[in-house]
Amino acid sequence: MKQLEKETDPKILQALLASRNDYTVEDALENEMIINMGPQHPATHGVLRLLLRLDGERIIGCVPELGYLHRGYEKMAENMSYYEYIPHTDRLDYISPMANNVAWVLAVEKLAGIEAPKRAQYIRMMIAELARIASHLVAIGSFAMDVGALTVFLWTLREREKILDIWDILCGARFTNSYTRIGGVANDAQPEALAKAKWFIDQFEPYLAEVEQLLNTNRIFIERVDGVGAISKEDAIDLGFCGPNLRACGVEFDLRRNAPYLCYNEIDFNIPTYTEGDCLARYFLRIDECRESAKIVKQILDKIPQGPVHADMPKKVLPQKDEVYTKMEELIHDFMIVNFGINPPVGEIYHAIEGSKGELGFYLVSKGEGHPWKCKIRSPSFNNIQCLPKLVIGHLISDVVAIIGSIDPIMGEADK
Amino acid sequence: MGLEAYIKDTGFLTTQVNAIIAWARKSSVWPMPMGISCCAIEMMAAGDPKYDIARFGSEVMRFTPRQCDLMIVAGTVTYKMAPVVRKIYDQMPEPKWVIAMGACTSSGGMYRSYSVVQGIDQFLPVDIYLAGCPPRPDNLLNALMKIQEKIGKTKASQFHNVPLQKEGINLPELNVIQKN
Amino acid sequence: MDLKALIPQKLKEKFPSVEFELSDYKDELTVKFDKKYIVEVCAFLKSDPELEFKLCSDVTAIDWATRKNRFTVVYNIFSLKNNFRLRLKVPLSGIDESDCSIDSVTKVWQASNWQERETFDMYGIKFKNHPDLRRMYMPEEFEYHPLRKEFPLMGIPGSLPLLKK
Repeated sequence: MKQLEKETDPKILQALLASRNDYTVEDALENEMIINMGPQHPATHGVLRLLLRLDGERIIGCVPELGYLHRGYEKMAENMSYYEYIPHTDRLDYISPMANNVAWVLAVEKLAGIEAPKRAQYIRMMIAELARIASHLVAIGSFAMDVGALTVFLWTLREREKILDIWDILCGARFTNSYTRIGGVANDAQPEALAKAKWFIDQFEPYLAEVEQLLNTNRIFIERVDGVGAISKEDAIDLGFCGPNLRACGVEFDLRRNAPYLCYNEIDFNIPTYTEGDCLARYFLRIDECRESAKIVKQILDKIPQGPVHADMPKKVLPQKDEVYTKMEELIHDFMIVNFGINPPVGEIYHAIEGSKGELGFYLVSKGEGHPWKCKIRSPSFNNIQCLPKLVIGHLISDVVAIIGSIDPIMGEADK
Repeated sequence: MGLEAYIKDTGFLTTQVNAIIAWARKSSVWPMPMGISCCAIEMMAAGDPKYDIARFGSEVMRFTPRQCDLMIVAGTVTYKMAPVVRKIYDQMPEPKWVIAMGACTSSGGMYRSYSVVQGIDQFLPVDIYLAGCPPRPDNLLNALMKIQEKIGKTKASQFHNVPLQKEGINLPELNVIQKN
Repeated sequence: MDLKALIPQKLKEKFPSVEFELSDYKDELTVKFDKKYIVEVCAFLKSDPELEFKLCSDVTAIDWATRKNRFTVVYNIFSLKNNFRLRLKVPLSGIDESDCSIDSVTKVWQASNWQERETFDMYGIKFKNHPDLRRMYMPEEFEYHPLRKEFPLMGIPGSLPLLKK
């Protein structure tokens, strides 16, 4: 510890050495060392840098460093109109891109006072739940891969490819599809997309059971993750944990129930919770949430109403392209909306949805112009990584990998 | 970069040896996935059972640069991340190639902002630029096939042991070891 | 009793000397007050048995480039017991160094630790008594604060070094 590298930042090192450690190891020898689990690492999900202070193999201090993927999202939002920003929201939580689109569009609609028609709301719910299933599949797969079970990763990715095929038919892009629009969705859901969604949900359960069969009674997996990274309920709420991680600690908090948006109060589903708060509980919770989401999609496919998918507000909602090319009114509206923006009234709102990682919210301040005056993205992964030092202290280095995998951070939204 | 680098390009036999070495190199390209953001997910998808990358010989995605020959930079590179990418590139042994995957690495992509490097060719030599945001896994496999064509045309004598010209890093000369 | 009426009543009872400015826009309650009382008000909101605002969702700031009070620090808190979201706003004038700082609420909610660091990095607002006030996203040597309105979107050339080929 006496030799500090020149490129190591002195301030972050001071923070590491001063970080609270209630964990002490009785040892006659001085065994402390500082290890850099750098931004390029197979098991940190994305570019997350961890500075660890070790005593032998026990961790006594941990400081995460973010910013390696900071792309300036909030500054860019102040310079482009509400419509132009929709493709940017795709790249926030890039594993479940449709859910971010839905979150942004709901926030803008709340600000501008637009209400999307029923069919559009049901389609948005369906794609948000499919995005949640896709995200949890990757989370389970990469968690198992980090701990050592490599086969599970390939199986869950195979299931995820089927969801990407559904999105491909629906809107033309299999990934980072900017499908939602302000006032509805881009185009109506084709019958073959809905049929494929129904086929996928019908055959999903046995494949999930296969994954469980590999892992649930596997002694190596259970001993690797049971009791690791446990956190109590009060600490979790105070530190800002959210999403499946919070529900695994015993707090029954889900924005789809507590602050319903879209049409979630018409659908019947449970909120699974576990009380232990360790990695194994988080893994079980994600499997249960996949099942609940499949149940929700099944109900949506039964209940989806017929009707238009665009709101009938010509001054604020972009008209369809074939009308723009043939009719005069729509041409004028298209020109005004694209060049001057939708101009919501002066004010500020905050709207959050329950994304697959937690509470994904947008805080928008509008001064009446076509672009927001301020846009703050409340990202769940940012708050989840904040709890990482608390979870990791006292464990071994190999447990860090399991803990990061079970928290499931996505650096695209943590770094904005 | 051992004995075969000293073959002179004369004669029928040496061209056959060159061809065999080039075929061996191109059929087992081991990629170093520098997965930074969204393109990394499509790179993972190129490895899944549907778009199998293993049939091209590239399933071995080792995350250590010492064992790889192809670096696939997938994701937006920021000014803070650029020295890290360059350091990993320097740690890879010759021969090495670079694929710039996606719009963000080719030219900054849709991020024209204060912290994104507008194209990784500002600090790395790039062989193939892939278009797409993110490019489909089929597109990545197409790029891999083009790199394999490029490798197939190389001669073994091109890759002499070039000493690294960077201050602070002293790599041992391979010639020294072989003399013993 | 409806929380929207209960909260202002309780705040006026507990802090009679503080001036609270309330607004209710699109069903969201916002309370605005002076920066001297921020820690006490937050501690009261968290510990009161009827309110229990235990979850601090977000801490951020707004840069009104041309107003008299240039910055407004915004706290977004949530009560799990009552299922209610509240927004607190504190104006700062931002003219010189002493006006650009505010007390930190990390003692009340630990979740605000990183949020305040991010606000410091992006806007330059210093939080007094913060345990570890470093930059969050930009490298330590960066001299500017990106989300201020005078900072251009493409950045200032030379502020972030790039290595040579």
